[in-house]
Amino acid sequence: MGMVSVALTGNPNTGKSTIFNELTGIRQKIGNWPGVTVDRKQGYASHRGRAIAVMDLPGTYSINARSPEERIVEEYLTREKPDIVVDVIDSSNMERNLFLCLQLLEHRIPVLLDLNMHDEAQRKGIEISADRLSRLLGMPVVQTVGRSRKSTQKLLDMFTSTVMSEYRNSPEVEAYIAHLDELKRSIADPEQREEAVMEARYAFIDRIVAETVTRHQMSADRSEMIDRVLANGAGSILVLLLMLYLTFQITFTWIGQPVADWLDGFLNEAVLPSAGAALASLGVAEWMQSLICDGIIAGVGGILTFVPLIFTLFFCLSFLDGTGYMARVAFVLDPLMRRIGLSGKALMPIMCGFGCAVPGIMGARALDSRRDRMITILVTPFLTCGAKLPVLALFGAVFFGERAADVVFAMYLFGILGAMGASALYARTLFRDDGASFVLELPPYRWPDMKTVLLETWDKGKGYLVKAGTIILSMSVLIWFLSGYNASGPVEDMSESFLAAVGGWMSALFVFHGFDTWEAGSAVISGIMAKEAVVSTIGILYGLPDLSPDMEEAEMVTTVAGTGLAAAFTAASALAFMVFSQLYTPCMTALGTIKKETNSWYWMGFAAVSQFVIAWAVSLVVYRIALALGL
Amino acid sequence: MKMSEAKPGTTVRIDHIEASELKNRLMSMGLVKGTKVEILRTGPMGDPLAIRVRSYKMAVRLRDAARIFVTEVA
Repeated sequence: MGMVSVALTGNPNTGKSTIFNELTGIRQKIGNWPGVTVDRKQGYASHRGRAIAVMDLPGTYSINARSPEERIVEEYLTREKPDIVVDVIDSSNMERNLFLCLQLLEHRIPVLLDLNMHDEAQRKGIEISADRLSRLLGMPVVQTVGRSRKSTQKLLDMFTSTVMSEYRNSPEVEAYIAHLDELKRSIADPEQREEAVMEARYAFIDRIVAETVTRHQMSADRSEMIDRVLANGAGSILVLLLMLYLTFQITFTWIGQPVADWLDGFLNEAVLPSAGAALASLGVAEWMQSLICDGIIAGVGGILTFVPLIFTLFFCLSFLDGTGYMARVAFVLDPLMRRIGLSGKALMPIMCGFGCAVPGIMGARALDSRRDRMITILVTPFLTCGAKLPVLALFGAVFFGERAADVVFAMYLFGILGAMGASALYARTLFRDDGASFVLELPPYRWPDMKTVLLETWDKGKGYLVKAGTIILSMSVLIWFLSGYNASGPVEDMSESFLAAVGGWMSALFVFHGFDTWEAGSAVISGIMAKEAVVSTIGILYGLPDLSPDMEEAEMVTTVAGTGLAAAFTAASALAFMVFSQLYTPCMTALGTIKKETNSWYWMGFAAVSQFVIAWAVSLVVYRIALALGL
Repeated sequence: MKMSEAKPGTTVRIDHIEASELKNRLMSMGLVKGTKVEILRTGPMGDPLAIRVRSYKMAVRLRDAARIFVTEVA
């Protein structure tokens, strides 16, 4: 017997992903549906000697082909014709969930109804007669509780024993479809026809519910009580700020960053020296040693140190999403975020840009529409990440002395305004609203399924390592080559390298900005590798090899005083350079992640070029204004 | 009365939804003529509007709620 193909459909927030994860565990393959940034999740299971392939289709409320998700579901079900189509239904919310089910039956797709979370429904006093529902629709019905071995077994039993083609719509369903057809034929006006069809669907749903669902006395609605705090009045904004703060702290202070630092230290202090020693003792050519140590190992290290950040942030986002709180974030922030063309949920990943854009870009996956995802991906790198701070701090301390903090704060504002402006612009030009305006479900609060949270987290981290990692690694080897070589071979001094030469050409772009030196040009290029490299390149090129990002400000000022750096910039050109550094092209790790997430070189190139142009223009304006003000 | 004008805590019945891009979507989510809707609250910034409809909760923007005509029933 061949493999059984199973497709899971259902509304969002029905526990469909939990069922998918329970069925398949880690035997999953996650990719993209062709041409769209929607996860394509396929998993495998075996039961009673039969192999089962499970496709987790995107959660949708209907199949009217209005969104990419709806189109995917409809096309997959009608073209691929899986052996078993499961409609996962939230038992506490039969009415809205049955809408999709009826649409499937109208397509004459036999459906296995999975009344999920029926324990939760029972607690709410809702009793459903599965037998009666099965007889009324003519389709098999099974009741599950999400994460439970028994439920999984029940489903697997159904998958291997049920032959869906034996099921036909009941006479009641066929009569209902005939009624719909009659309505479609007899009403000429498309709007009235659509209205009549929708009303007929819900009339039939009301009948099904009346015949199969018994409601006992309702207990107090726990979710509504929680909403009175989390989605009501000024308190809700405080809670939201607290959640943002916690997410940020967990990722960048408490868990993610410390692990990343430990990993970084381990690579630099243990792996790198021993690899260098091993290569030297093997008599490997010096250029090869350098390629492996400074190019490849440093590159891989650069990639690996982002992994803890991505894992931690994803864990937080996935967890919050699983609780239902993310929908409240969208609810509370909608009036603000829609002005810049985004849904409220986008604030969470974007805020992460203040730590590092990479997890923020990855975090865009958690959003619901392609438009939200794309804009979030493109605007997150505008913010001041941890790696941009050293160059801002250095220039602030050296050129603005006591005003340093104000100037650095102004740079943060430039980043925020840049992100908001770009978002508003992209929302009005590149990603126009596709008419699917704002309709937001506020699902009941639930304790998230940890297996689902962990699997999602693992999946994002792995995707980053494999897909983004390759791009980042090749770019890192390229920069290693540019900074260590020129046309006649390896160079001792970076000032003789390709990088310096390219930096020289690059500086021509900054003649109107007051920092058209090859040193600044080279720093700009190496900043595309990693933003930390701006300071270290400046340090090397101006003969300040001790300049490290960790240095105290006062120490920086004394180190720099009387060197070429202090003479190379005026206050005005230093300000322009700071603005430029704050806004220009994301680092290659971010670029590689953008390529991976958008699945497109075009958008990666767009991010690189557009931010460069914006930074160039804004810093020029800032320089000219600063000159006019006599700085 | 428009749904955007309904007071939190009241229950209304839908009479008519004005034609819009959103109408179809609202109808598939269960907001059809005759459906009872409980008005829960507006967001902390005055918008959107949280409602309970057919045993679940959702939010619509006031701009969209202004296109849904309702009668107060409780």
